[in-house]
Amino acid sequence: MSINLTLIGQAISFTIFVWFCMRFIWPPVINALEARKKRIADGLADADAAKTERERAEQEAQQTTGQAREEASRILAQAERRAGEIVAEARTTAKTEGERILTQAQEEIDKNTQQVREQLRGEVAALAVAGAEAVLRREVDAKAHAEALDQLAERL
Amino acid sequence: MATEYASGAEYIKHHLTNLTFGQHPDGSWGFAHTREQVDAMGFWAIHVDSMAWAIGLGLVFVGLFGYAARRATEDVPGGFQNAIEQLVEFIDGTVRDSFSHRNRMVAPLALCSFIWIFLMNLMDLVPVDWVPWAFSLIGVHYMKIVPTTDPNVTMGMSLSIFALVLYYSLRRKGIGGFLGELTLHPFSAKNPFLKVLLIPINLFLEGVALLAKPVSHGLRLFGNLYAGEMIFILIALLPLYAQWTLSVPWAIFHVLVILLQAFIFMVLTVVYLNMAHDTGEH
Repeated sequence: MSINLTLIGQAISFTIFVWFCMRFIWPPVINALEARKKRIADGLADADAAKTERERAEQEAQQTTGQAREEASRILAQAERRAGEIVAEARTTAKTEGERILTQAQEEIDKNTQQVREQLRGEVAALAVAGAEAVLRREVDAKAHAEALDQLAERL
Repeated sequence: MATEYASGAEYIKHHLTNLTFGQHPDGSWGFAHTREQVDAMGFWAIHVDSMAWAIGLGLVFVGLFGYAARRATEDVPGGFQNAIEQLVEFIDGTVRDSFSHRNRMVAPLALCSFIWIFLMNLMDLVPVDWVPWAFSLIGVHYMKIVPTTDPNVTMGMSLSIFALVLYYSLRRKGIGGFLGELTLHPFSAKNPFLKVLLIPINLFLEGVALLAKPVSHGLRLFGNLYAGEMIFILIALLPLYAQWTLSVPWAIFHVLVILLQAFIFMVLTVVYLNMAHDTGEH
């Protein structure tokens, strides 16, 4: 139980162990702890930033979708209107064309009728002259009665 | 085991004797074979068992923590790594709480004190007869395996810390400041004559307070562990079938004591060093 050299021996070994601890144990462990703390803090900050960014992106996407929808309906409406216009235009054109064709046909018909009428009139006049010749059989001067015959033909 | 000894007193005496190597009164060096030889050696002797176990356990501390320190990265730690880091963080927190200056040495010193003393105290839980009996088989008569039951060990540490306290006191406050602290408090006077008169009184009070620190620091640890060891030895004198009824509760209680004493030693180390750094005049 006496105090002896052990006192000094223990003081020396204590010093050496403390020195070793201070030199080789404490700094690496505490540095690693600090680094990890920082890394975790950074990670959390990153996660927060990512969350904000995601929210922003979502909002933006929503906005874009809304815009696209609006644009689509606008284009659709425009197309419908345009289609209506085209149909109406076509209808007008067709109507005009039809009328034109109709008129042309009518004219043709009229012209033919006229022609046929002229022809018939000539033929009827000749027949009438022939008939009258046959009836009178006598001195019927074609030249003298031509005026009367022409008048007759005119009336037909 | 106790029955091998002539009497209970001899058994106790045997278990409280260190394996001592030193200078015999006739000038020759060698191991002491009896208690009387140990006493005759005086200061020029060394407790081989205390030193060996202390250094061995210090190497255990250095090995475990050095291994963890070498592998320390900021990546996810494993179980062992995590345990070591928890301890380091705990010490770091304690030091931050009670040490308010900047000194790179204090936290490692606290860690080293705490873990090393804890390991040395832990040897107290090894049944008192196992190791001495094992060593007696190879012809070693004395073997005390708990270094902290040796006042040389605890005082060696507390005096090392006292030396640090003196060093930092002188460095931070200067010789004048340090002497002022010792002589001008707790009694102070405006009158210069009275001031001079009060110097011896203050010096006595402060001197006692200063010197009491390392002594109480070392003896507190020694006393607690020595008492604990003594009780284990006394329990070992009981009949074999009755021992466990006392040794188990005492061992469980002692788990608290060894942890608490290691912690107290560490906290006091930090507090004393903090006081040595305090320069602010009160």
